[in-house]
Amino acid sequence: MSYAPSPSVRRLLALCRKESFQIVRDPSSIVIAFVLPIALLMIFGYGVNLDANRVRVGVLLEDSGPDAAHFAATLTASPYLETHVATSRAALDGWLDTGKIRGMAIVQADFGARLERPGDQAPIEIVTDGAEPNTANFVAAYLSGAWRSWMTQRAADRGLVSVAPIEVIPRYWFNSAAKSKNFIVPGSIAIIMTIIGALLTSLVVAREWERGTMEALLSTPVTRTELLLSKILPYYVLGIASMLLCLAIGVWQFGVPFRGSLLLLIVFTTLFLGSSLGLGLLLSTVTRNQFNAAQAALNAAFLPATMLSGFVYEISSMPPVIRAVTYLIPARYFVGALQTLFQAGFVGHVLLQDFLFLTVSAVFFLGFTALKTRRRLD
Amino acid sequence: MFWRLLTLVTKELQLAFRDPQSRRLLVLPVILQLALFPFAATLEVKNSTLAILNEDQGAASVELLQRLAIARAFPKILKVGSQRELARCIDEQQALLGLEIPSDFSRSVAAGRAAHVLAIIDGRRSNSAQIAMGYAQTVIEGYGAERAAAAGFSLPSTVIVRHKYNPNLEYRWFMLPVLVAIITTLGSLIVTALSVAREREQGTLDQLLVSPLTPGMIMVGKTIPALIIAFGQATVIALAAVFIYRVPFLGSVWLLYLSMLFYGLSLAGFGLFISSLCETQQQAFLGVFAFMVPAVMLSGFIGPVENMPPIFRGLSWIDPLSHFIVIVKGIFLKGHGFAIVWPNLWPLLLITAFTMSAGFWMFRRRVA
Repeated sequence: MSYAPSPSVRRLLALCRKESFQIVRDPSSIVIAFVLPIALLMIFGYGVNLDANRVRVGVLLEDSGPDAAHFAATLTASPYLETHVATSRAALDGWLDTGKIRGMAIVQADFGARLERPGDQAPIEIVTDGAEPNTANFVAAYLSGAWRSWMTQRAADRGLVSVAPIEVIPRYWFNSAAKSKNFIVPGSIAIIMTIIGALLTSLVVAREWERGTMEALLSTPVTRTELLLSKILPYYVLGIASMLLCLAIGVWQFGVPFRGSLLLLIVFTTLFLGSSLGLGLLLSTVTRNQFNAAQAALNAAFLPATMLSGFVYEISSMPPVIRAVTYLIPARYFVGALQTLFQAGFVGHVLLQDFLFLTVSAVFFLGFTALKTRRRLD
Repeated sequence: MFWRLLTLVTKELQLAFRDPQSRRLLVLPVILQLALFPFAATLEVKNSTLAILNEDQGAASVELLQRLAIARAFPKILKVGSQRELARCIDEQQALLGLEIPSDFSRSVAAGRAAHVLAIIDGRRSNSAQIAMGYAQTVIEGYGAERAAAAGFSLPSTVIVRHKYNPNLEYRWFMLPVLVAIITTLGSLIVTALSVAREREQGTLDQLLVSPLTPGMIMVGKTIPALIIAFGQATVIALAAVFIYRVPFLGSVWLLYLSMLFYGLSLAGFGLFISSLCETQQQAFLGVFAFMVPAVMLSGFIGPVENMPPIFRGLSWIDPLSHFIVIVKGIFLKGHGFAIVWPNLWPLLLITAFTMSAGFWMFRRRVA
């Protein structure tokens, strides 16, 4: 290009002002920036609860002896279980089939007799609903735990040697009640920032191309940097405002602890918004069509951020190929940083690593967008 | 009349496959979901690292370490030398779970006294870490019970755990039937939601309206192609589930398709509602997105419905996907027949009746 306009702060400010007016005037961007985060946070915080608290289980006592009754009483007393007593195996199977219960404990008819017989082991049958694998794990653990405490109690009552000679004592760090919302809520902030950064920006810029206002803008002496900054800064401010809203809701509404520093949270959000705003701009510049841009943003930003960021699904459990892909996803580092900042506070090593990767990806996406953005109409 | 309808259906189908944009919308999700979800969407705990601090020098701790080393759940074990190092492993997420064997461990075991192992759980990943602790607990307690048995103190009782419908708790068996439901959602919703909006955008809607087709027939003509496409997509996923991923299919194919029909109709009604309301395809697309995210999240796809607070359970009841997921999983894994499916089918019928009338009403109001 032969004519290179000189950059000007005044022009940039004017452009940002225009962009901000557009955001404020368009009800849909306000909805995406403020109503959507609240709705999503509520849905994630309340709807995605992995903890099987008070899980429904069935109990069948084929033995009417005191030991069986005592075992059933232990189950009923457990704060994790909601017991339903059945009178036959068929009834229990039916309940498990329809999902009325997620597991069952069966005490066989000869239970009391086998308990007393030396050298024999009286079995407790535990059956879970494997169609819900995560819940099944918890049901098995809760029922075995209840069995264990019944055994210890029984041994103590009879003055016998401790029956479980090796005990595992759990200590929960960072999240003493082991509530899944304490990691889901911080993680969902990453999803919301993805939606604001990538989806909203890609739609807005693509709309300028569709409506032809981009051409009008390009015919003015605006520089490439000014053009990009004017698109990035207003949405960045919107993103930070929305993040603070999420933080407030997370802490006050959901009672998720925030142990890190607010400054660091803003730094990490800034870096992540750098990547996602860059991606959003890139997609809209390449597609120049709102519909395609929205679709691409969904597939390139939203889907990886929900599936591959470690927000719900454990990355280490994925096969090597997919694990390798997750390293390329900025949301992975942001989710990691958010979970650490909220629950652990400051862990230098983890945060430094996340910081470096997020910086690299922000520079990459913004730089690539700058390369792709030309002051040209094509 | 039948022929007129058939022409409209053919035209809609041709359009859906000829336009590269909409073709991509129909094919891409199927491929992406089949390749990504069964592997990535897992709450199983595999390949996790265990950090162990052994402060004990005795034989019992060495034996325990060996048993943990061969456990399939922990392919990698980090041995650390101090509590500070153990804390660092957990802090920096190098290990999901930390075990601390105290210095009196072997002495206690040898003397038959109660011994214990401390498990440190990373609460940032409490779900996975608790499952990992369950695995470690099984190994440690199994060792304890064996030691006791060898010394003549066999436990008077034991537990036998069995996972019905999915003996190895494979997460894919859960995920793939759910994907069948999700892909049906996407197909029937996207095609209907975009259909009217596209015609409006392109100006062909008026042409359609002056044709001898009645508004009711136009609606039917928009619904049938969506169902055909959704059925096709769902069939691809279901076949892949059974033949590639080896998920058992115990129920009746007909029942699956019957429920899919009602489910597809409930979404088509909703899609037509959105489509008639929106001026452009883009608005319709955002409308679909705004419906999909809560519908998927509240359906029991990630966290079970029974764990939600009452209001959200109520919302989940009006979410057709939550009923359909129960039905599909029941037919796949539990071999449910009509009688067991019915309690989840009638809410679906109710929702269908509601969304279809709402869709028709909106279509009449805004279009015809």
